[in-house]
Amino acid sequence: MYSRTYKTIVAAPPLLWVGLFLLLPYTLMFAHSFWAVQDGTLVHHWNLANYQKLFTNPLYAGVLFRTMRIAASVTLCSLLLGYPLAYYLSFHSGTRKELLYQLVIVPLWVSYLVRGYAWKTILGSDGVLNGFLQYFHFTHAPVGFLLYSPFAVVLMLTHIYTPFVFLPIYASIEHIPRSLVEASQDLGAGPAPTFFRVILPLSMPGLLAGATFAFVLSLGDFLAPLLVGGSSGTMIANIVQTLFGASYDWPLGAAISVCILVITLSLLFLTERLEKRWSFK
Amino acid sequence: MSGAANPQAASLDAKGPLLEVRAAAKRFGTRDVLKNISLNIASGEFLTLLGESGSGKTTLLRLIAGFEQPTGGEIWMAGERLDTLPPYRRRVNTVFQNYALFPHLNVRDNVAYGLRAQGALKSDIPGRVDEALRMVKMAEFAGARPATLSGGQQQRVALARALINRPKLLLLDEPLSALDANLRKQMQGELKALQREVGITFLFVTHDQEEAMALSDRIALLRDGTLEQVASPREIYARPATAYTAQFIGQTNLLRGEIRGSIATCGALRWPVEDADGPAVFSLRPEAIRLCTDGTRQISEVKFRASVRQQIYAGASELLEMDCGEGQLLRVRLPACGPMNGEREFVFAIADAIRVEN
Repeated sequence: MYSRTYKTIVAAPPLLWVGLFLLLPYTLMFAHSFWAVQDGTLVHHWNLANYQKLFTNPLYAGVLFRTMRIAASVTLCSLLLGYPLAYYLSFHSGTRKELLYQLVIVPLWVSYLVRGYAWKTILGSDGVLNGFLQYFHFTHAPVGFLLYSPFAVVLMLTHIYTPFVFLPIYASIEHIPRSLVEASQDLGAGPAPTFFRVILPLSMPGLLAGATFAFVLSLGDFLAPLLVGGSSGTMIANIVQTLFGASYDWPLGAAISVCILVITLSLLFLTERLEKRWSFK
Repeated sequence: MSGAANPQAASLDAKGPLLEVRAAAKRFGTRDVLKNISLNIASGEFLTLLGESGSGKTTLLRLIAGFEQPTGGEIWMAGERLDTLPPYRRRVNTVFQNYALFPHLNVRDNVAYGLRAQGALKSDIPGRVDEALRMVKMAEFAGARPATLSGGQQQRVALARALINRPKLLLLDEPLSALDANLRKQMQGELKALQREVGITFLFVTHDQEEAMALSDRIALLRDGTLEQVASPREIYARPATAYTAQFIGQTNLLRGEIRGSIATCGALRWPVEDADGPAVFSLRPEAIRLCTDGTRQISEVKFRASVRQQIYAGASELLEMDCGEGQLLRVRLPACGPMNGEREFVFAIADAIRVEN
């Protein structure tokens, strides 16, 4: 076996990294959430006022609720796009499988910002989509809700996170032995029962992983609302950003961050448990 | 198909065959995996598709199950066109090579799957599942997940699952190949007993000729996508139609020579035959040759001298490799006789030299 020294040397860099860039910042954030700002300066005065404000001020609760709603919509939309795509690719794409797989991956090479600005160009009041609608006389004036709305945020985030949802689902569907599908048909189950009784349950770990990706990543996103969200599409990360920046209220920002962290961690814990329940290997 | 092979010689009952494969062909790309296969299976029969890997036996099974579409010919079952139906509409069930048990369902739900898929009455399901599990002696494992079962146990569950819909025809794709030798022998016996008990027609695929001999009513030997011979185990062993069959089923000596003037000459061996002149191949089983102790022979026997080259002891019998001169080697199976060497005299009955197609 390996010597103690060897193990220590190997383990040290990652442990140092995690300690320095993960545990330390989180501890600081946690501490900050119990401090206060007086006359524009941070005072180490332990109190629960930040959490009180978070839960009583309807602004924060409202934005947090909207954020969760947007994240849930993104998760649902990207599952509705990603799952059928993964299913089709795995079962019915034949010789085009490799090509289609690459086409799903390629958008990941394009910068997040570029894709955000692209949506701005498409959805704006003088954008591609409105021009198209007016050209064909579907509408006479530009449609306003397309850009600077929760709709735009959901659309952009769905576009960005669908590949992340697709990948784990695709991997889990690819791992289902084809003989199980044949066995199901052999026993008299048509395509639909075979899907719901064999394929869906066996791809559940991938589906859960994909859903978790989409939800957690959307929950903390601040670029999409910044680019296409407008004031009605503001999400909780934008509030945190403002509190840490312009408003200079680090303690309140930290309290909100802790709140998001708790939501995220409990969600990860939950899906971890569920994924274990649904894996049979 | 060779002229001497006789695939239609089925012992069919009065109702006609259960399954009819009519000139079925399967082509994958440019490769002909099955070429013009015609085969009838009688109701209640245990028929084995025997062949080397790549001979097309699994493909034929998959055509009948419906997982592949034939590129030519038709398949009929009990007067109904089968090959145009999707697999879930065929009254055919399969025991898969790797069992293909659903890993997310326990043994009971695996077995009940077919009943639920066919919309059986909810109240009927538990009773029929218990019955099927008792039949394969797996009742006590009803709550277990497949992953916790041994290979033999999974095999039994797969059998129960495939039999619960009471198919007209059960397809078995090398179901015993993953088991170790002892368990395999035991399962062979159980499989045969089970088939008699349920009276369902079995179509069994294997590459193991001993297994085929032990289990089958008839064996269909496949070679490169064509049927080489279809016959009962005894007949296919005693009267192989081709040199390939003779070599594939059991051990044999292939005697290549020619017939001239009603005398067959193969190396140092000569005997009278009634066939026309020309080149000929004969199959002579090693156990058809015996030691000639008193130096005499019957009129219907061939006598020859040969020297022992090699002797392999196999318990009840011994396999000798004999040199008849002119480089002609013959394998001889004798009852255990102790070490032998030097030159000996042997005889075999002319009737045991079976003329086969090359």
